[in-house]
Amino acid sequence: MLPSVCVAKAVAASSAPLNYLTSFGAKADATRPLTWGVTLISLAVIIIITLLVAGAIWRRPGLAPMAPGARIDVGPESGGLSWLWIGVGISSLVLLLSIVWTVSVLAEISRPGVKPALTIEVTGKQWWWQVRYLSDDPSRIFATANEIHIPTGQPVLFKLVGGDVIHSFWVPALAGKTDTIPGQTNETWLEAREPGIYRGQCTEYCGLEHAHMSLVVIAQSPSDFAAWEAHQIQSPAMPVGQAATGMSDFNMHCGSCHAVRGTAAAGILGPDLSHLMQRTTIAAGTLPNDPGHLAQWISDPQGIKPGALMQKPELSGQEFAAINAYLRTLQ
Amino acid sequence: MTATDYERAPTVAIEDRNSALAEKLQALWETEPGFIGWLSTVDHKEIGIRYIVTAFAFLIAGGIEALVFRLQLAWPDRHLLGPEQYDQLFSTHGMTMIFLYAGPVLSGFSNYLWPLLLGARDMALPRLNALSYWIYLCAGIFLYAAFAIGFGPNDGWFNYVPYAARAYNGGPNIDFYSLGMILLGISTTVGSINFIVTFLRMRAPGMSINRVPILAWGTLTASAANIFAIPAVSLAFFLLWMDRNAGTHFFDVPSGGQPLLWQHLFWMFGHPWVYAIVLPAMGMVSDGLPVFCRRPLVGYTAVALGTVATMILGFGVWVHHMFATGLPSVSLSFFSAASIIIAVPSAIGVFAWIATIWLGRPVFTTAFLFFASFIVLFVIGGVSGYMTGSLPVDWQLTDTYFVVAHLHYVLIGINVFPVVGATYFWFPKFTGRMLDERMGRWNFWTMFVGFNLGFFPMHISGLLGMPRRIYTYADGMGWDWLNLITTVGSFVFAVGVLIFIVNVVVSYRRGRVAGDNPWDAPTLEWATTSPPPPYNFVVIPTVASRHPLWEDRLGEKSESQPHAGLVLDHGREAVGTDPLDAEPDIILKMPSDTLAPLALAIATTFVFVGLLGHWWWMVAVAAIATGAAIVVWLWPRPELGETAEARNV
Repeated sequence: MLPSVCVAKAVAASSAPLNYLTSFGAKADATRPLTWGVTLISLAVIIIITLLVAGAIWRRPGLAPMAPGARIDVGPESGGLSWLWIGVGISSLVLLLSIVWTVSVLAEISRPGVKPALTIEVTGKQWWWQVRYLSDDPSRIFATANEIHIPTGQPVLFKLVGGDVIHSFWVPALAGKTDTIPGQTNETWLEAREPGIYRGQCTEYCGLEHAHMSLVVIAQSPSDFAAWEAHQIQSPAMPVGQAATGMSDFNMHCGSCHAVRGTAAAGILGPDLSHLMQRTTIAAGTLPNDPGHLAQWISDPQGIKPGALMQKPELSGQEFAAINAYLRTLQ
Repeated sequence: MTATDYERAPTVAIEDRNSALAEKLQALWETEPGFIGWLSTVDHKEIGIRYIVTAFAFLIAGGIEALVFRLQLAWPDRHLLGPEQYDQLFSTHGMTMIFLYAGPVLSGFSNYLWPLLLGARDMALPRLNALSYWIYLCAGIFLYAAFAIGFGPNDGWFNYVPYAARAYNGGPNIDFYSLGMILLGISTTVGSINFIVTFLRMRAPGMSINRVPILAWGTLTASAANIFAIPAVSLAFFLLWMDRNAGTHFFDVPSGGQPLLWQHLFWMFGHPWVYAIVLPAMGMVSDGLPVFCRRPLVGYTAVALGTVATMILGFGVWVHHMFATGLPSVSLSFFSAASIIIAVPSAIGVFAWIATIWLGRPVFTTAFLFFASFIVLFVIGGVSGYMTGSLPVDWQLTDTYFVVAHLHYVLIGINVFPVVGATYFWFPKFTGRMLDERMGRWNFWTMFVGFNLGFFPMHISGLLGMPRRIYTYADGMGWDWLNLITTVGSFVFAVGVLIFIVNVVVSYRRGRVAGDNPWDAPTLEWATTSPPPPYNFVVIPTVASRHPLWEDRLGEKSESQPHAGLVLDHGREAVGTDPLDAEPDIILKMPSDTLAPLALAIATTFVFVGLLGHWWWMVAVAAIATGAAIVVWLWPRPELGETAEARNV
């Protein structure tokens, strides 16, 4: 039961989902013209300088390479300083204007227009994202992983925590990067203009599986978001049949690292799996979340994501099947 | 010998390369033939060539590493390399190119060229010069030994904590890297001191501070910067080594350590270092390009001051490597503005070079092609740097391939292209033979096309969001074709480098004989034979302008005397001049060849080997050997006037 926004027109459909030349949220919207501006200024400078160099070279017929020891005329040292005055003068002007533009964009994006109502804590871990929705009411706090739902049209405050080494939180369609650094809590804010799925990625080198540490931000209309949030706070339905056996196998083999809300599994080392089946991917964007890939992941995490902290669990065939059945109930 | 020997008025003579004086100097300065002589030489030209050859060996190693991981990245989901292999390769590649190639190759050129450019007999501190090379070589071997046994650095050249801490990086990889970098820092530091002293005291009489070639300005500023920058990185690596081996907590978060402390220390070094490995190369262009434009450089004073200004500003921009670390916006905006403004002194150079070509009459040699194309590559690397300087933009493009494109345009465009051009320019001086110009054209165009084909698309893969340092990527991200083009381009570029190496090897044996001054160039290194004799100049030249060999054609009064001057032949002697006006004020007694620098380098290296393995007995023995080598080195020698008898009048 994925949100209907799955098919929204946003960047998910883009041929380059991590590009930052397009934007879909307040912060990125404010930054995009500056990005294009400095890019075009840069291209203009490259073209002008290339033409000047080429013109300088071919302005006068070049001389053939000299014979060793030949004496060729040399021109006087004086002259040419007007090049410096004009060239450096224009460059300085452009640079100063760029600084003014930079600082004004900075002022625009450094804090949101209104106070964010929602605060999400994201912890960068080797190699996935722990996501906690904070609230003054402890019963409304819940955890998920790698997929962050936000309501559209309002700023959302993110508290960024370093879980082990340094990672960097980046959702280019919505905002630039902010590092998650152990020992300090950084803050950033995101605001999505319209519903959509916006891809993100860890961008600070963090070890073996840095390449496989992506995330998505799923922006939903405030009412859809409220429904999603209400569902997340609930515990998953108690399983029956094979899935019930699977739950006890899961608690024994997986529960020291993973948590499922309302059960004995309360591990904190790995992702919270309470509503696993609502997520689109597993292993931080590495595989699509369908029963086949899920089974493949459980049977061989090291083959799929070498170095990942999840080891291959020692499971009998029955246990494996039961755990898979249980996980599929975690709607 | 008496004290008056330092202050005697030497005789003056006209250069005669077949005189008894030349023979006497040859006997005084010549390195002993044989292996021991080879190990003990302090001749700056020998040391310079060793630096260049060693640096190129590392360039080739680093290049091969890059080709291997470009194969991995050529298309999506390739598994030629596992993540650990990829991480060691990209880290070793960065370490190699930045620390073992880019800096040392410029030290090599400056070591070879400085005394010749400045009209001196040697560097001011020849034994320190030898020590600098030997420690560089030992540190390079130390660092590569780690890679060879599978424990190369795996946390990038920037080596961020806590990933570099023992908790996350349990092998000896980071210990090797830390100790190797501290060892290498000794080499860079003593080398820098030598350049500074040489600049201040060893210029030919009359070479006042406004007559010094720009290459000397570039290396001087780089050296001065190193003196301030290296301690930061050596300290950082030492603290990290202590954290990993002695249980300290400088970077250990649970005990209150600070990951950002590492980043500040590293980039306070790292950014000035970037300028240190380009400013001397820009100096090569400032000196070489005008020769092929048949006119002096436009705006000498502005370019020299721009060099110094770049370096000073270069100490105020390090935080632009840390824009995403959550520092307060107000302080970040200061560093953002500084990072944009630093383009101003660079613009001085760019317009000075263009004006020099525009107002000159270019001669299309291979060296000219490298120098002229450098201007364009420099501007591309410069404007992409300006883009990263703009804080909100940087929050998007930092740690994407855009930055990879930027830094390669900077390091290849501003270091490799000038260095290869400089090799075409100065190879005749080094060897007495010309590099082949026909092969040179192939060399240039293959490198130029390959480089742009390989690295320009990285800007676009960066704008499309490809993160740095990923060992593989999924398809559907929009990066596939760009990566394939990049891989193809990098191989074309490698072919260009290969042509260069073939040209050097072939021309070294069979190149056209060069003569003293094949390019009809204006500066002092071209006033002596190619290659120069061990004593460089029979008599010390006297300088009265920036272009001693062009004076007759520049309409200046011909007052420089490149072929007449002081006779200094009471042992190995050089003339010391004062820092501003280069008035001669003392005769310097120069040391002879000695094994002490080599012994000191080896002993010091074994201190580090012992620290690596916690073999404390080895540390103790090597430390004693280090002390002994220093004592031998400093033992008073009568020929240097260091004994009481020698100093008595």
